[in-house]
Amino acid sequence: MSEIGTILSRRAVLAGSGALIFSFSSTAWAQENAAPAAAPTSAAPPPLPGSLKQAPFLDSWIRVDADGAITVFTGKAELGQGIKTALLQVAAEQLDANFDQLKIVTADTGRTANEGYTAGSHSMQDSGTAIMHAAAQVRQLLVAQAAQRAGVQPEQMTTDSGAVIAPDGRRFGYGDLVASEMLHVRASPQSKLKDPAQYKYLNRRIPRVDIPAKVTGGEAYVQDFRPDGMAHGRIVRPPSYGAVLDSVDTAAVEKMPGVIKIVRDGSFLAVVVEREFQAVEAMRALAAAARWQESGKLPDMTALPALLAELPAQDIKVIDQQQPAPANAKTIAATFTRPYVSHGSIGPSCAVAQLKDDVLTVWTHTQGVYPDRDAIAEMMRMPKDKVRCIHSQGSGCYGHNGADDAAGDAALLARALPGRPVRVQWTREQELGWEPYGPAMMVKVNAALDDSGKVADWDYTVWSNTHSMRPGPAGALIAARYLAEPFPEPKPFPIPMPEGGGDRNSNPIYKFPSMKVLHRFLPAMPIRVSALRSLGAYMNIFSIESFMDELAAAAGTDPVEFRLKHLDDPRAREVVSTAAERFGWSAKPRAGMPGHGSNYGYGFAFARYKNLAAYCAIACEVEVNHETGRARMVRAVAAVDSGQAVNPDGIANQIEGAILQSMSWTLYENVSFDDRRIISVDWATYPILRFSAVPDSMEVHIINRPGLPFLGSGEAGQGPAAAAVANAIANATGYRFRDLPITAERIKAAIGV
Amino acid sequence: MKLNVNNAQHDVDADPRTPLLYVLRGDLKLNAAKFGCGLGQCGACTVLVNGEPVFSCVTPIALLEGKEITTLEGLGTEEKPAPIQQAFIESQAAQCGYCIPGMMMRAQALLQKNPHAGDAEIRAWLEPNLCRCGSHMRILRAIHRAQHIIRTAQRGEAG
Amino acid sequence: MRGFVRSVFFLCLLLIVGIAVYAIFSYEPPLGPIPPPQRESFDQTQVKRGAELAAIGSCGVCHTAPSGREFAGGVGLPTPFGAIYSTNITPDPETGIGNWSLAAFQRALRRGVRRDGAYLYPAFPYDHFTLVSDDDAKALYAFLMTREPVRATAPANQLPFPLNVRLVMSGWNLLFLKPGPYQPDPARDDAYNRGAYLAEGLGHCGSCHTPRNVLGAEKTSEKFAGGEAEGWSAYAINASSPAPVPWTEETLLQYLSHGFNADHGVARGPMLEVASNLGAVPNDDLHALATYIAAQIGRPAAPTPQVAKQLEAQGARGKTVAAASADSQADPSQRRDATAGDDEGALIYTATCSGCHQGPRAAPFGGIDFALSSNINGPSAKNLVNVVLNGLPAAGSKRTPIMPGFANAMDDRQVAALARYLRGHFTDKPAWTDIESSLNDARAALRAPKPNSAPSSGSASPDAS
Repeated sequence: MSEIGTILSRRAVLAGSGALIFSFSSTAWAQENAAPAAAPTSAAPPPLPGSLKQAPFLDSWIRVDADGAITVFTGKAELGQGIKTALLQVAAEQLDANFDQLKIVTADTGRTANEGYTAGSHSMQDSGTAIMHAAAQVRQLLVAQAAQRAGVQPEQMTTDSGAVIAPDGRRFGYGDLVASEMLHVRASPQSKLKDPAQYKYLNRRIPRVDIPAKVTGGEAYVQDFRPDGMAHGRIVRPPSYGAVLDSVDTAAVEKMPGVIKIVRDGSFLAVVVEREFQAVEAMRALAAAARWQESGKLPDMTALPALLAELPAQDIKVIDQQQPAPANAKTIAATFTRPYVSHGSIGPSCAVAQLKDDVLTVWTHTQGVYPDRDAIAEMMRMPKDKVRCIHSQGSGCYGHNGADDAAGDAALLARALPGRPVRVQWTREQELGWEPYGPAMMVKVNAALDDSGKVADWDYTVWSNTHSMRPGPAGALIAARYLAEPFPEPKPFPIPMPEGGGDRNSNPIYKFPSMKVLHRFLPAMPIRVSALRSLGAYMNIFSIESFMDELAAAAGTDPVEFRLKHLDDPRAREVVSTAAERFGWSAKPRAGMPGHGSNYGYGFAFARYKNLAAYCAIACEVEVNHETGRARMVRAVAAVDSGQAVNPDGIANQIEGAILQSMSWTLYENVSFDDRRIISVDWATYPILRFSAVPDSMEVHIINRPGLPFLGSGEAGQGPAAAAVANAIANATGYRFRDLPITAERIKAAIGV
Repeated sequence: MKLNVNNAQHDVDADPRTPLLYVLRGDLKLNAAKFGCGLGQCGACTVLVNGEPVFSCVTPIALLEGKEITTLEGLGTEEKPAPIQQAFIESQAAQCGYCIPGMMMRAQALLQKNPHAGDAEIRAWLEPNLCRCGSHMRILRAIHRAQHIIRTAQRGEAG
Repeated sequence: MRGFVRSVFFLCLLLIVGIAVYAIFSYEPPLGPIPPPQRESFDQTQVKRGAELAAIGSCGVCHTAPSGREFAGGVGLPTPFGAIYSTNITPDPETGIGNWSLAAFQRALRRGVRRDGAYLYPAFPYDHFTLVSDDDAKALYAFLMTREPVRATAPANQLPFPLNVRLVMSGWNLLFLKPGPYQPDPARDDAYNRGAYLAEGLGHCGSCHTPRNVLGAEKTSEKFAGGEAEGWSAYAINASSPAPVPWTEETLLQYLSHGFNADHGVARGPMLEVASNLGAVPNDDLHALATYIAAQIGRPAAPTPQVAKQLEAQGARGKTVAAASADSQADPSQRRDATAGDDEGALIYTATCSGCHQGPRAAPFGGIDFALSSNINGPSAKNLVNVVLNGLPAAGSKRTPIMPGFANAMDDRQVAALARYLRGHFTDKPAWTDIESSLNDARAALRAPKPNSAPSSGSASPDAS
């Protein structure tokens, strides 16, 4: 990946051709996602689309060089979700340029707009929308310029393959048309967008631009970055939260081969070494030499629901529209729980940092280069403009894993070794033991059914920690909390609805006449937590969609029919019926039918992510081994509406991945700990999905909505997959499992002999 | 000591206890084999030794003198991809892609031994390797596609 | 040596054929088929007890193929005479035991005779099951007859003439089958007698842990003196137990129910499956089993000072440095000075094994200290070789120890050097003489096609590693 190695200063960029000017908004993206813009007053102009609100200049997004090369800039990061390719498709489409003519620069505090975090399935909605409009407006500017040169009206000009074409056939290459400062103009709220019928690049399966390097050993990840003179850093983390480094005899370690420096600042302990395996050995020796004072007291992991119920809560009313239920209503209630869940990135976090001429550069796979930059600058007590964070890919993160912390670690070690780049690589045990987990949660729901078998009342409460402890503040970084002058852990905040944190998707999409939804926000965090893919939506959708099946059963209605009875959004209805039809829901073999033992079950679930992003319905078939209790998904069919589809294969890839990852969370995973330490620190103690449990088949059907807004899809499958699996297991066994994970042991204990 | 990597002899100046992974990545600047766990539990570091898959993170170079080591780089390049690489690109069989080189090398070992391995055999064979993005369906598809590419090429040669 | 065994074998075959003539007089009639009983006709308590008994008997270990359906059979059991395939014991009327009456089931269990009157081979341990009581046989029957019926026919056995004539087994029975029921020893307490009944009967511990004679029968004179199972050595569980730390009732209880004990390591292979089955068995039964086995082992001398020291070190692991604090692996400055002797095995050990086996992390998720390992202290190199080559594969997505296998990383010379080093360095036992043959066998097993098995569950060892 070439941009890893190329450190462009602003000056260098400015000195180049084109007209890239930096004029980024400093809007803080303090939470998981930006809160939606305030409603415009009648006097104000309509808001700019997508992230143009934060970076309104066109040249923050698109640069056209004199040689015709086009560079797209995005503040979002490639996480393996294919965002580079999708954004390039959007830009090529609206620019009417050749796809191959375009390059893309991703999140870099020195070069791109501040788009906050690459999170919440926002990239297409924020950056995609901004780039779409910026590209369309750039094309308009180029057309106007060409029209002027040709002496005709702009309306008479057409564009094709990176050139404006005059009625007489003359071609004006974009590179020839662009002049300095020409693109340094504010975007306007409206753009002349292409007619979706003319789309060449949208809704097309363009191969991802990042894959070839990944499958041929190219330099694809921050882990692969080896600048000259690079040293290897390794951290020795405390044995438990809050442990204090009593003493460490470093004499023997200092003499080990390759050891350059041992860094100790309070309870932050690390070693910088010439070669990587020497660093591993030095780290092990240093760990063995360190004496810690442990004080932490972790809760009883087998009694999490009780813990959640006891913690002091701050109540947030999500929906409060309760009517008295009809007198003859049938009511049912249920409680659902989930444990702490790990991101479990396959590659432990890594970062490279270099302090040179008072400027600290950090190459990191953080999801938010600007907030991470802010945190690092504060921790290092450096001005923000002297710290630059450049995103370069890491292993998939699925939220806030160790990436930001590793960047902080690397920054501290780079300061200890000025001039030299220092690479910090976390161990497997550090990643699984220190990452902030997806929080444990509990849901209590009760509902009433009326005579017609419809929900008459819905009363829902969700208990949860925050789902974002990301940087900004320095105290969000582990290292900062263990320095001799530590930074305090930041105060947790709930992310407000409609995006929500613990209450994300707690507001059912279904039309219920009477609804109360309460978020009991728990500020105290006995276990380190933060954002895990889909935040609270996974748990809320698991709970709501499990409970919808319970209600359907109570009403004696087919689960799909029951959902349709409560849905009036036509797009939601179409997604539900598409998944059901493609799965063959109505014809599905019933348990006990010939060829299908009583141990097969079928499950269905649906949600619209955040009730704002993509719609996703999943039907699946599960086989439960009666003797062992092991549940295996046999087949899954998903339908998804992501608005205007950009790269259908990219959407399918995200949904397929979400189904399998969510299935793994749902069936196997929980972070384990004793009274002091995290004890699930490798794949033996934190097992996840392996190939033996992979379904026989999986289909994703995409409902394209030409010209409609992009709807983020990266997390849309997470919740429905969990509930579909749980519903299928309930169908197969006759038992409802409301506590996650639904392990073989739990199933076997319920079904008995 | 001398190591034979991708059909070339390399003089490696490293402690013989060094796991192969660090020599590949640090000394030979080969990127494909990845550090995933250092424990032989995830397969991200998989390379071939005499055609068989090994976890390079737990294999000291002391064990490898005189043996043929093959990494993903040894199979093909972006310009001239090997069948398994072509198949993974065509199947778009990656999300973050971090586990993929290990998956490919493990699959490559199977295809070299048994190009006709069936789906069940492929799944069982891949059991030691972990993927967190959930790209499993595509990985399987890509391996079947690689089989097809290899068979087609063989038929072409035969004809 | 092999030729000698073979000739004895053939002589004995002739003997068996002779005896078979006699057998004609011990005719077993077919027992009529019955309509498959309804699930509801069985008492749930009995079914539940049957499940526990089936776990004690480890029925599934032989009757469930690694990727097959439970109790549907088809597992090839290697015997010195050829492969014998386990049968379908689900209640499928055509391919399983769906139309077997309780009487037919009991006769098969205790006398080794099929419903149609044909003789079973003692690969099915009816020589042990003969001790099973009427009540327990009924409960087992209730359990099996309420399983999901699976249509599956086992492959044909691969036995040479005349062993393929089932009738010859009547001769074998005459010689070696000592019919039950179990006779309690009045000198012993209830727990011991209960344990003996379970271990000698359904548990059939001797099937693997007692050596066999040339006719495949257990040598009664060498009870529990150590045997073989599927390419693994099953350790002696009598006074000659090779465990460096003597087994106790407590450690046995934990080992049998959890497949792991800190002083002995983790169970693998057939023993792993046995232990994972036993996890579902009531504590009283487990306690009885542990009592009886501990009594068989007796109380050997206390551990040697070297072992005692390792034991202490073992106890300290995982307490000084947290697993999560840095790495689960060894502190190199504390590493045994093994490279000094420029021994190849020592180098392989320090470079490959010591990271986990001497790391700060306690077993089972850290490796066991080899000074405590029965693998290293046992009379055969078989299990060590198997574990080095195959490792401890991940068991699906269950929380179990994982060890990478080194079959592809190490050649035979390297494995042998490592084995010699471990034996010499960690024990005061004589050098192994079967390293080469163990390697040949283990490599051959790796090359053999495994039609029914996934690699995750196909390779394993029977005992403490």
